[in-house]
Amino acid sequence: MNSTEQLLSINNLHTGFRIKDTYFDAVDGVSISLKRNEILAVVGESGCGKSTLATSIIGLHDHNKTRVEGEIIYKGINLAKLDEEKFNKIRGEEIGMIFQDPLSALNPLMRIGDQIEEGLAFHTKMSKEQREKRVFELLDQVGISNPKRIAKQFPHQLSGGMRQRVIIAIAISCKPNIIIADEPTTALDVTIQAQILDLLKDLQAETGAGIVLITHDLGVVAEVADRVAVMYAGQIIEEASVEELFANPLHPYTRSLFNSIPQMNSENEKLQVIQGIVPSLTNLPRTGCRFSARIPWISEGMHEENPTMHEVSPGHLVRCTCWQHFHFESEEGGITR
Amino acid sequence: MWKIIVRRVLIMIPQLFVLSLLIFILAKQLPGDPFTGLLTPDTDPNRIEELRELAGLNDPWYVQYVNWIGNAAQGDFGKSYTYKIKVSTLIGEKALNTFWLSLVSAIILYLIAIPLGVLAGRYQDTIFDKIIVFYSFVTYAIPTFVLALIFLFIFGYQLHWFPTVGSVDVKYDPGTAGYFWSKLYHMLLPAITTAILGTTSVIQYLRSEIIDAKSLDYVRTARSKGIPVNKVYSRHIFRNSLLPIAAFLGFTITGLLVGSIFIETIFGYPGMGQLFISSLLSRDYSVITALVMLFGLLALLGSLLSDIIMSIVDPRIRIE
Ligand SMILES: Nc1ncnc2c1ncn2[C@@H]1O[C@H](COP(=O)(O)OP(=O)(O)OP(=O)(O)O)[C@@H](O)[C@H]1O
Ligand SMILES: [Mg+2]
Repeated sequence: MNSTEQLLSINNLHTGFRIKDTYFDAVDGVSISLKRNEILAVVGESGCGKSTLATSIIGLHDHNKTRVEGEIIYKGINLAKLDEEKFNKIRGEEIGMIFQDPLSALNPLMRIGDQIEEGLAFHTKMSKEQREKRVFELLDQVGISNPKRIAKQFPHQLSGGMRQRVIIAIAISCKPNIIIADEPTTALDVTIQAQILDLLKDLQAETGAGIVLITHDLGVVAEVADRVAVMYAGQIIEEASVEELFANPLHPYTRSLFNSIPQMNSENEKLQVIQGIVPSLTNLPRTGCRFSARIPWISEGMHEENPTMHEVSPGHLVRCTCWQHFHFESEEGGITR
Repeated sequence: MWKIIVRRVLIMIPQLFVLSLLIFILAKQLPGDPFTGLLTPDTDPNRIEELRELAGLNDPWYVQYVNWIGNAAQGDFGKSYTYKIKVSTLIGEKALNTFWLSLVSAIILYLIAIPLGVLAGRYQDTIFDKIIVFYSFVTYAIPTFVLALIFLFIFGYQLHWFPTVGSVDVKYDPGTAGYFWSKLYHMLLPAITTAILGTTSVIQYLRSEIIDAKSLDYVRTARSKGIPVNKVYSRHIFRNSLLPIAAFLGFTITGLLVGSIFIETIFGYPGMGQLFISSLLSRDYSVITALVMLFGLLALLGSLLSDIIMSIVDPRIRIE
């Protein structure tokens, strides 16, 4: 198994939610791939479709209200078209998921040990004793110091950080090839955040899994990711290695994101914010450059009519051509707002 | 836990005391007394006055109250003015009838409501769900006495499937199997009626609990483990959704006991409810006050029962 083996390849994925009999795509033509041993970060503002993308990969959308089209190729199978029963063989076993809110992601009426063991019972042929041993092993692996005691406890008896560790233990219980982590640290306080990120990195190094890490925190990205995809309004607008993206962000949206991070040593105390908001699903313009409405000082002609991804340097892709002409509003003749 | 239960029971004593005081004062406010009904134009007013004096009805109310509560604490609620037997004996037998009726009603209620609620929630928006929702609207809209009368008419008088009055066939001796079956048989129609009327809220509640549970985070976690859908339902959704139903069990039983007031009267079933109505009509104070006390006690016990059940089924709750 080589280290650059392609694990997952997503091609032109569209995931739409039904709102009053019409489907609105929250993920609108996403193409991206994930390699073994890689942490791919997906960043973007709230509502840009990050969770929708994650949920599509692991097939947890409600089929009655959601339409998933395009390709999510894993081991030659298109997960987007897989039926529920077959998906259950992959879910939990080959793809694990870590959720945002550890406080609500565990069943309050079930002991920790039972919740971890549940997946093992279905995906492995282990005996009851073996599973129990594996539960202790897993708890130990995620840094819980008293596995035997914790396994018997209920979620409400654990702190948020501990619960997130338990959820990670569930996600890695069957040694999945892919781990999807949807904002795994957002609900935790800063010191715990760092611990959980370290844990994820360690686990990844140990298991060689590919991780899709969803976050809106560029600090998190800098700390753990290998590659980054920046999402805006359902599309990926820039993709590059972490080093490249941080050194050379190109797309106006990416640059605005960086610009909006408060700088400790900055002379300018004013926080730069991106004008406007992410358009809601039903109001999303489906043609032209989707970010153009938020940078009105860049003239229409600078955008592509149908923006596509352009490879500007090896592995660095940017959507639309507007980045070549972009400047911040305040840079133009000194207008500040 | 036992300590806490004992404490809760002890707290009931002052609660019951306040209740008894209220009931006693209210009962005294009712117009007339047991002897009013006996008055005819040729009754000697002095004779009635003597009887009143004898019964202690002319004492100040607090003296009457102290006498009454003192005896009541020992289980003696005095004599029924109408039946001329001890209230405790009178109620005892009827309370047992009502207790069994309520129990059978509760069992039938849950046997109908839990499967229907669970299925409606799981198969939300299917034809099946729509039929169940329609059923619960109908049972919600229909008043108790209307359904009771319809059932009594059809199944009792027209089809003769069920007896229309009483709680047991007199030809059986207590303790025999025949006696037991006859009792159950007499209970069945009123119990089914009560149960059907009670299903509405349980079905609706359960259904919406299950629909809500489907999109809960921990259910999503369960699904992300790749376990079969049936397991997701049985291990994660149903158990959690049944929790509030279990929590209401105590209250439901209290509700059934109180609800028996109408049902028993219509079905001529000799229980506390029927006794309550007839005592009200004959102003049989001693019986009325004892019954209200009993209903109050049952309500308190019902809420205690609910708390105990909750603390058993939900690890997050420890009764305080
Ligand atoms: N079940 C749903 N039904 C309808 N619309 C939905 C549903 N889930 C998400 N959306 C919409 O899809 C869009 C993308 O949502 P998504 O949750 O993927 O965003 P996100 O990038 O994860 O945001 P956040 O950072 O807040 O988690 C939003 O406009 C959201 O309102
Ligand atoms: Mg999200």
